[in-house]
Amino acid sequence: MSDIEKNPQGGRRLYGITALFDGPEKLVNAAAAVVKEGYKNYDAYSPYPIHGLDSAMKLKRTYIGAVTLIAGLTGASLLLLFAWWTNSIDYPLVIGGKPYFAWPSYIPLMFEMAVLFGAVSTVAALIMVWLGLPRNSHPLQDTEFMKKISDDGFGIAIEAKDSSFDEKQTKAFLEKLGAEKVELVYYETREISLKEAVLDPKFIGVIVVVAIATSGATYFGLNKMLLLRPWTSLSDQAKVLPETRSEFYPDGFAMRPPVNGTVARGELPYRYANNIPAAEKFMKNPVLPSKHVMELGQRDFNIYCSPCHGYFADGQSRLQGQFPVPPSLHIDSLRTAPDGLYYEVITNGFQGVMPSYARQIPRDERWAIVWYIRALQRAQNPPEVADAK
Amino acid sequence: MSEVSYGEVIDYSKAPPLVEGNPTLSKIDDSIAAPSETRPSKKYFMALGVTLTMLLIGVIALGYTFYYGIGMWGNNIPVAWGFAITNFVFWIGIGHAGTLISAVLFLFRQRWRTAIARFAEAMTIFAVMCAGLFPLIHLGRPWYAAFVFPIPTQHGVWINWNSPLVWDVFAVSTYFTVSLMFWYIGLIPDLATMRDRTTNKIKKAVYHVLSMGWRFSNRHWQHYEKVYVILAGLATPLVLSVHSIVSFDFAVSILPGWHTTIFPPYFVAGAIFSGFGMVLTVLIIVRKVFNLEYIITMNHLDKMAKVTLLVSMMVAYAYLMEPFMAWYSGDPIDWYLVLMRMTGHYALGFWVMTTCNVFVPQLLWFKKIRHNIGVLFVISLLINVGMWLERYIIIVTSLYKDFLPSAWHIFVPTLTDFGILIGSFGLFFTLVLLFARSLPVISMTEVKGVTEGAHPTHHIGAEHE
Repeated sequence: MSDIEKNPQGGRRLYGITALFDGPEKLVNAAAAVVKEGYKNYDAYSPYPIHGLDSAMKLKRTYIGAVTLIAGLTGASLLLLFAWWTNSIDYPLVIGGKPYFAWPSYIPLMFEMAVLFGAVSTVAALIMVWLGLPRNSHPLQDTEFMKKISDDGFGIAIEAKDSSFDEKQTKAFLEKLGAEKVELVYYETREISLKEAVLDPKFIGVIVVVAIATSGATYFGLNKMLLLRPWTSLSDQAKVLPETRSEFYPDGFAMRPPVNGTVARGELPYRYANNIPAAEKFMKNPVLPSKHVMELGQRDFNIYCSPCHGYFADGQSRLQGQFPVPPSLHIDSLRTAPDGLYYEVITNGFQGVMPSYARQIPRDERWAIVWYIRALQRAQNPPEVADAK
Repeated sequence: MSEVSYGEVIDYSKAPPLVEGNPTLSKIDDSIAAPSETRPSKKYFMALGVTLTMLLIGVIALGYTFYYGIGMWGNNIPVAWGFAITNFVFWIGIGHAGTLISAVLFLFRQRWRTAIARFAEAMTIFAVMCAGLFPLIHLGRPWYAAFVFPIPTQHGVWINWNSPLVWDVFAVSTYFTVSLMFWYIGLIPDLATMRDRTTNKIKKAVYHVLSMGWRFSNRHWQHYEKVYVILAGLATPLVLSVHSIVSFDFAVSILPGWHTTIFPPYFVAGAIFSGFGMVLTVLIIVRKVFNLEYIITMNHLDKMAKVTLLVSMMVAYAYLMEPFMAWYSGDPIDWYLVLMRMTGHYALGFWVMTTCNVFVPQLLWFKKIRHNIGVLFVISLLINVGMWLERYIIIVTSLYKDFLPSAWHIFVPTLTDFGILIGSFGLFFTLVLLFARSLPVISMTEVKGVTEGAHPTHHIGAEHE
């Protein structure tokens, strides 16, 4: 049976019959009577929940609390799981000497998450599942009946879809119960075509405006606004950057030359530059040999000296033939030369053939290299072999 | 023989009516909806002007802070927390009374709460908004606040789940969310009433959306009431946990004056105390301005004052226990700090705080004072001052004498600090005024439910709920 057949008047479909009662007491009695009459699809309406109405309507207990319980336990477990995974698996962190999985610290948050999940799910479930809201298309919406209820009315609505519903009988029944105002309520009829709605110029206009506004705001935000103070964070500081002119000093240099006579850290004035005899005579190795010093010397020798001198200081190097071949350091004159010679040559180079290494190698490491050269010389020329010669 | 007058005879056998004058249900709607349906008075606009000016001061101070940096504040090492965290704890505390009134009193079936619950809940939300502002701006670059949330980042490190500061973020945001939902769920029927009352098209559309098509059906009321109880049950431990966690920010650190186990209950009591102070302040103004004296009755204020007195004594107990434990523990540093608070650079603040929070509320023992609105208003203001000072004293006195005497530093707030504090009050009261103007400040539904004759009397079990 189609709706129109059921409602001959102009295709309007009947929702049901509403009736208003005078006061909560009468409403409760009326609800009990409606139940007794066998109606299933009916509801009582009141501006505030009335005690006793649930039992008069014989409503079943609500089990919405189960949602809270399940969601709450889920929230707590998820937090525990997440904290465990982040702090123990994905990026293990030792905090305060505690184990990775420091579960007692997670208890406060497990509680918070239980409450959050529980509350949000309960409210969402209530509104969407239990109440079927949001719904502004309900036939009772905006009726005089609803306006009265939301103020001070108490009413009952019996729906047309109820099996024992009959327009005249039900109306008479409600009037007999002492209802003040009995009215028929119809579904609102409205034709909606999705195709037309999508092509509506208003709709397209709104879409275009929103698109332009969103992209414009994004462009401005990311390309302009973020480059302004205060979003520039630490990139915007009151300091002179490299290659920029200082406004403060008349010569325009931001970096000032050191005061005359300034001694750099780790350096002492060296008086025997390019004077090998003096260096040989007056310089003594100030660094005491130790395992650390020898290793330092070996490392630096292998880095700086070995390309030309070879790993054993014998001149057999991997760059042989591409550069002037340095003499072996195992010849007698060099083996007997004092430490000052080596230090001076490393520091200032030798006759334009070997460059100065003062910039690359700090002073004490140069002396460490000297110790290492001495060790090499002893190792390559053991006393027995020398005697045999 | 003429009758001898023995003064007013009070019938203690029955409670005073929750709504005075037994108005009709329609009249309740009319008077609660009146502020949003009529053009507000000049007084309202003057009040709004004042609060907006305060808000503007705050905005300017914030602009200064963001443009020039946190250096505009008095904070420095060792007093790195200064005003920002003081204000944070203060506002969070204000927020606690709302949930206490709406949830805890609901669970205890204190039906007098109906007249004040909605307002207190709204205050909770606004206060938590003010509170949330402060840790955010304390960062200096608030857009980095995202790092307090467990988001996967390029550098791979996750947040530190063992830190009370992280707990704080979760607790406060959970609290805000749950309070907001609690408030909104309570508002839905009233929004539906407003929807059916208004004739303005735009307002009607807004109310339609907000009320989600609520239709006062009893099949809905049944689940709705259950959810309200569940939310109240969730919010009650939540409110205790939130301020406990806020107190962990202090108690988990190892600073003298902070590192005590009394902090969680002490902070919760303090929060409820300051919240009730603020609710009293605001309600006294609101019932006067919007003519709601017969719904927010003297009886309500009296009960609020009694709760305030009770909580004041809890706070006083904590104030006594702190020095006692410092002395009893035999820790010289702790004891030195106690003496420093009482006699040191911030002694004036300490004594004003003690006076406002412990001595002044003792006046509430007297019924005459509880029923004198002027005095009650002044007391509530003093409680606000005292509770703000409490947080200030706790933060500054423990910090300004660092472990090395060479690092000691007196904290002096700057104009920007005060500007932001004033701004937060401006924000709070602006929101309160806008709320009072636009939404029903008292739950129509619940007030209708507590009028005389609201429920059938003959039903078994009717009195149990």
